[in-house]
Amino acid sequence: MSIDTAPTASATALDASSGVAARRDILRRVLMTIGPILAALVIAGCILLAVGVDPLAYYGYVLEKGLFSPLGIQQTLTRMAPLLFLAAGLIVAFRAGMWNLGGDGQFLLGAVTAAASAPFFVGIMPAWLALFCAFVVATLVAMIWSLVPALLRAYQGVNEIITTLMMTFLGTSLANVLVKLVFRDPGTTVPQTRTLPVEDRLPRLFDTTITSGLLFGLAAIVIVHLVMTRTAFGLKLRIVGANPRAAVHAGLGVPGLTIGVFAISAGLAGLAGAVDIIGVQGNVRADWNPAYGLAVIPAVFLARMNGFAAIGFVFLLSVLSIGGESAARRLGVPNHFTLVLVSIVLIVLALAEYVDHRYNQSRKA
Amino acid sequence: MSNLSSSPVDDIVALEGVTKRFPGIVANDSIDLSIRPGEVHVLLGENGAGKSTLIGMLSGLQQPDEGRILVDGKPMPITSPRQALALGIGTVFQHMMLVPTLTVAENLLLGGPWWQRPRTEELEARVAEITRSLGIVVKLHARVSELSLGEQQQVEIVRAMVRNSRLLILDESTSMLTPQGIEELGALMRRLVEQGLAIVFITHKLKEAAAFGDRISVLKLGRKVGEIPPERFRALGEQEIISEIVELMFGKRKDDPEAAERPVASVDTEAAPLLQVIDLAVAATDNAPGLSSISFDIRPGEILGIAGIDGNGQKQLAEALSGQRVASGSVRLEGATIETLSVGERSRRGLRYLTDDRLGEGTVGTFPVSINFFLKQVGAAPFWRNGVEQRAEIDRRAGELVREYDVRTPSLKTPVARLSGGNIQKVLLARELAEGAKVVIFNKPTYGLDLANTLASRQRIRDAAQRGLAVLLISTDLEELLSMCNRIAVMANGSLVGTVANADDARTRVGRLMIGLAA
Repeated sequence: MSIDTAPTASATALDASSGVAARRDILRRVLMTIGPILAALVIAGCILLAVGVDPLAYYGYVLEKGLFSPLGIQQTLTRMAPLLFLAAGLIVAFRAGMWNLGGDGQFLLGAVTAAASAPFFVGIMPAWLALFCAFVVATLVAMIWSLVPALLRAYQGVNEIITTLMMTFLGTSLANVLVKLVFRDPGTTVPQTRTLPVEDRLPRLFDTTITSGLLFGLAAIVIVHLVMTRTAFGLKLRIVGANPRAAVHAGLGVPGLTIGVFAISAGLAGLAGAVDIIGVQGNVRADWNPAYGLAVIPAVFLARMNGFAAIGFVFLLSVLSIGGESAARRLGVPNHFTLVLVSIVLIVLALAEYVDHRYNQSRKA
Repeated sequence: MSNLSSSPVDDIVALEGVTKRFPGIVANDSIDLSIRPGEVHVLLGENGAGKSTLIGMLSGLQQPDEGRILVDGKPMPITSPRQALALGIGTVFQHMMLVPTLTVAENLLLGGPWWQRPRTEELEARVAEITRSLGIVVKLHARVSELSLGEQQQVEIVRAMVRNSRLLILDESTSMLTPQGIEELGALMRRLVEQGLAIVFITHKLKEAAAFGDRISVLKLGRKVGEIPPERFRALGEQEIISEIVELMFGKRKDDPEAAERPVASVDTEAAPLLQVIDLAVAATDNAPGLSSISFDIRPGEILGIAGIDGNGQKQLAEALSGQRVASGSVRLEGATIETLSVGERSRRGLRYLTDDRLGEGTVGTFPVSINFFLKQVGAAPFWRNGVEQRAEIDRRAGELVREYDVRTPSLKTPVARLSGGNIQKVLLARELAEGAKVVIFNKPTYGLDLANTLASRQRIRDAAQRGLAVLLISTDLEELLSMCNRIAVMANGSLVGTVANADDARTRVGRLMIGLAA
């Protein structure tokens, strides 16, 4: 029979050395993130070469249009606003072990609700209150939309990946129907909602075109990060995510928490839609679906569901998507190449993690 | 082959001093075993006795740390399941290993070379030959999902035969069968050994062992504690065999290091019971037995033991009391009914449940040790204020608990799953015995622990009772119950079949109750 012989005193002594270990751990994580991204850029470059585009020209153009030109960086930062809200919603869900992949449906319904309600509220109350009310209504609608998957998961154990994905199809179609039939602006010929006048939208920051929604988005993701890591509520969600049986054993109300997670996650997705409409677009055109919800998922994974890291990756995603849109027009590379690039990054990252794991295992053995 | 008893027969497979260790436990401790053609060799033992590990090594899933395995008298490491099959060792595992959506024939053809067409005709001829000699019928073209569990098992046995197995290992094969299915399996085993096959039959049911075996080896906590050879087996009647097995399984050994028995503290029988359970019942589910009319009470300072073969409803009892499982009947804590309360509320009132599934539900393995101390108090002061984590307070208290309970951990931040089983158990003990505990349910508290940790855990439990807590101690280890409890109740098929005061004759009386005889 084996008996632990480690002296108890070492429990305290080792605490001191863990600081060094933690720093080395962070360094390794940074390497494990940057390395695969560079490798992915090379692989994507090969694909570009294969379709006859100079990869250096493409990357240079993306960087110039998304990051270094004054207009580009402003567009990039504006694009970040809805993406940050979506990322915040995904962080809550993923950390709680619930794969809410219905972000796009929730986003669009939030957007349509905001687009329909904001002009209405502006007519009857002060502008700041009107925008606030529009945000609240959009959030509520998205929350209600998440109830079906939430209840199914909480009480019947139905896999939420399937239900949220299905609900996103329904949600996108419903948003379209609402734009075309219910909230259609009679004053225009193209099917779209009434346009919110520019002066009633969220103010822009200083003298730029950057929306102040960016600040709300940053606030949202930081708050979510702190709630998940520093509060009892966040810990409960993480327990449910890490070991649902332990959550039951510890006496947590798992069904209630499940519904809460879906409501928060979907509410943030709805807010993302509202911020995009009230801050930037001003109206929803029929068949508009930017599919931000799916694009953000890899960014959140790359950030390992850490809020601060997610800000960085959302920024990167914005640069890529704004720059990629310009490059698409200029170099003829399809817009979706951005997604190809992001997925290559994700796959290379997963491979790197696997190799790292195997290496650690073999070193231990 | 009826002339086996007189002439010495060579072993097909023999184990010599085989030892297998896992972190914190010795699963098999220097085991000798000889497996001979024409014999049903029964391996008998509780869960955790080391049967599965032994099978794992015979079927090539695991390698022994010490000792050797001889096949046909020659040392032969069995490095993979494929090699085990090639050596003629076929295993029918506890859980069915057939693809339910495929037909029987397709299942039997799995594992053939992928570049060849499946040889269906050849298979049909072979199966017909095997089934005819065994007197069974296998529907080759039926989907596996349409077959009963007994039929599926026959398919698995036929599969082993198709692959020319000489040794067939049946792991807990009767656990999912109906009584009639068990009878049929027994008859089938008899016909198989008559054809010269060797069978290793694993079970924890004494009656099956006595009915179907030729030779019985009894495992207990990783050691082989006894063997009944065929000569003796035939000489004894069924009841005599059973009582001999009981003696082997539950009897006391002279060199038992755990035998340092303590005088059991007396309990104030006048005191009002802390926990009263009246007519507790749980409906049976597909994979778990139910409970029926369970009633008992425990006074302050008393340790009530629940003995019984594993899987007779012990876990369901613990979960029903803690609120994790829906139950009917009445549960009173200090006279107040608590059966309608949630898990969390029961815990706050002082009813604590120390689970036997330390990593599965007791802890969150990836979370630091410090947080795992407070999993059941999330949000409570002083560790959280207004819902915000007070990290300094948590670390301070966790540090105290680490010292008090002697948890050996590199740091408070270490993920709890990295600790050994014994140290994880200390974390759980510290958590459940924390302030406010009145009644504590211990489910197999020393299962899988090494000796030092076993003794330390038992002392913690005794100390808790000494402080005036009421203790329900569920264990499959009779020694443990005898050394700690005031009274021992025996559980069988989801009900309490008797309660015995822990007096001198308790060992025999509990043993008799466990195998279904009146005490």
